Amino acid sequence: MQQVFSRPKALADVGMAYCSGCTHGILHRLVAEVIDELELLERTICVCPVGCSVFMYEYMNCDSIEAAHGRAPAVATGVKRVLPGRVVFTYQGDGDLAAIGAAEIVHAAARGENISVIFINNTTYGMTGGQMAPTTIPGQETTTTPGGRNVATAGNPIRVCELLSSLDGVAYLERTTVTSPKGVVNTKRAIKKAFTMQLQGKGFSLVEVLSTCPTQWGMTPLDAMKHVDNVMVPYYPLGEYSRKE
Amino acid sequence: MKGNEAAVRGAIAAQCRAFFGYPITPQNEVPEYMSKYMPEAGGVFIQAESEVAAINMVYGAACAGVRAMTSSSSPGVSLKMEGISYIAGAQLPCVVMNVQRGGPGLGNIAPSQSDYFQAVKGGGHGDYKLLTVAPWSVPEMFHLTALAFDLADKYRNPAMVLSDAIIGQMLEPVELPEEIDVNIPEKPWATNGAKGRERNFITSLYIVAEDLEEINHQIQAKYAAACRDEVRWEEYQTDDADIVLVAYGSTARICRTTMNLARAKGLKVGLFRPISLFPFPANQLAALARSGKRFLVAELSAGQMVEDVRLAVNGAAQVDFYGRLGGMTMTPPEVLEQVEKLMARTVYPGFTQAVVDSRLVDGNGSTGPSATDSVRINTLGATSEAGGGSDAAGL
Repeated sequence: MQQVFSRPKALADVGMAYCSGCTHGILHRLVAEVIDELELLERTICVCPVGCSVFMYEYMNCDSIEAAHGRAPAVATGVKRVLPGRVVFTYQGDGDLAAIGAAEIVHAAARGENISVIFINNTTYGMTGGQMAPTTIPGQETTTTPGGRNVATAGNPIRVCELLSSLDGVAYLERTTVTSPKGVVNTKRAIKKAFTMQLQGKGFSLVEVLSTCPTQWGMTPLDAMKHVDNVMVPYYPLGEYSRKE
Repeated sequence: MKGNEAAVRGAIAAQCRAFFGYPITPQNEVPEYMSKYMPEAGGVFIQAESEVAAINMVYGAACAGVRAMTSSSSPGVSLKMEGISYIAGAQLPCVVMNVQRGGPGLGNIAPSQSDYFQAVKGGGHGDYKLLTVAPWSVPEMFHLTALAFDLADKYRNPAMVLSDAIIGQMLEPVELPEEIDVNIPEKPWATNGAKGRERNFITSLYIVAEDLEEINHQIQAKYAAACRDEVRWEEYQTDDADIVLVAYGSTARICRTTMNLARAKGLKVGLFRPISLFPFPANQLAALARSGKRFLVAELSAGQMVEDVRLAVNGAAQVDFYGRLGGMTMTPPEVLEQVEKLMARTVYPGFTQAVVDSRLVDGNGSTGPSATDSVRINTLGATSEAGGGSDAAGL
């Protein structure tokens, strides 16, 4: 019988510790499929974040490094500059990338570091219990914005793709979702494009994936998917943000 | 050449091939020379967006198996402490240089040794230490920086070159060797692509406490080995000395002149210079203490290394302290004056002075300790108990 579906070689054969309805599992798999399809397993280095995907190195079969909170782009820079022939990517959440690591991501992009970033935006700090993130939408309730995010006191969200799109070092930026099979296919295409840009030496690439956190949002997995489409997408429009080809 | 340039040349001679830095006075010559020499050597130079990013770039390059370095001065080194702790936790080699300046806070750009605790006691979070060496000359900026890379690789632990504004900015002749002995071990743990092997991962995260305790034991075992094998120090005329000056780095240079001035006056003064600050030459100091020496520790701080000297002698000898603070330096005659005051003071064998005084108080003066005071101080052994009339007044 022809086998049409199997575990990617780049994905370790272990159970993942993610909650039901969390999109990390989908995204780990998409990254692994891209690594397989581009035959990069033996020369890819994954730089893991602090957050729910802190144990990503347990789930991937490529070489991996656990970075300090927010510092993944700097760590990836160190690796890529001394090993320019390797493929280096970071996988970062919104707190990691847009709050404590805002300087590192902006300057890695500005330098045009030839790395790829998978940016998971679920508008909350999932692992620490659902606090406000830099991407928390105005009015969204979190454990540190109990009445909903009031921009007058808690500030405004950061739209990362739009922010980075002004930088000349950026080769590729796109925002996607994985709330439907179409979104999953599109996100895989974007991740593959980011890795391909890196292989071609084009510079900094980032794919922002609007993701779910049913546990901290207090929603069922299905409602969480609907929340992405109905609430997050209007605030964070999908599409490509790259300025240059 | 300048001390800072010598350090750069030492790093490159030691096959450091990645430098990540950020401008801060008085170490700016380090990134400046690195930006020229490192690409010439085929290495990587990046001026990072922050000290935090610089040390994390070092972390990345170290993960890849390349000898990597960053340098800074005191406030900048504080910023690097997060990354240094991660590097120690992940058991990676790297070299960090601190060209110390006055603190705390923004302080000033004048020479200081007030980051001793930060360098040798850890600095960042968690149970770790930096293998710390302290150059006292421009040639040593070359050689000890090179040595730091070997130490870092041997123990898979960050090494610190603890310099200061005097040594970094000072001009001295240096004979650059054609080549130096460099010991770079195999690095099968490096994350450089899982080609023909199982994947490697590098982390300092051990969520199971039993696992983390085991890792900590591994790290401590390395420090125990370093304490056995990597103690470096120098002694000058300690054999017949009544008083041994203990100083490191630029202050040791000053104290060597003090020693010569004292000898010219017939005073039996020696000098003990720790070269490795961690591991600290504790046994060597303890041996001197047992032979009846008194110690005067001189530092450009309120008294940091003096604590290690007191721990080393463990009550077997009197240990006094003289320090200048906030970027002030001391002159050889100034230290000699303290030696002469100390020699005029009564010695109480078997007691170390319990009070950390930033300036010695004249033992014969009205504010000096009486015999009763001194005994009381040492019996109670606490600064707060020392009370009026003791050296605590000096604080």
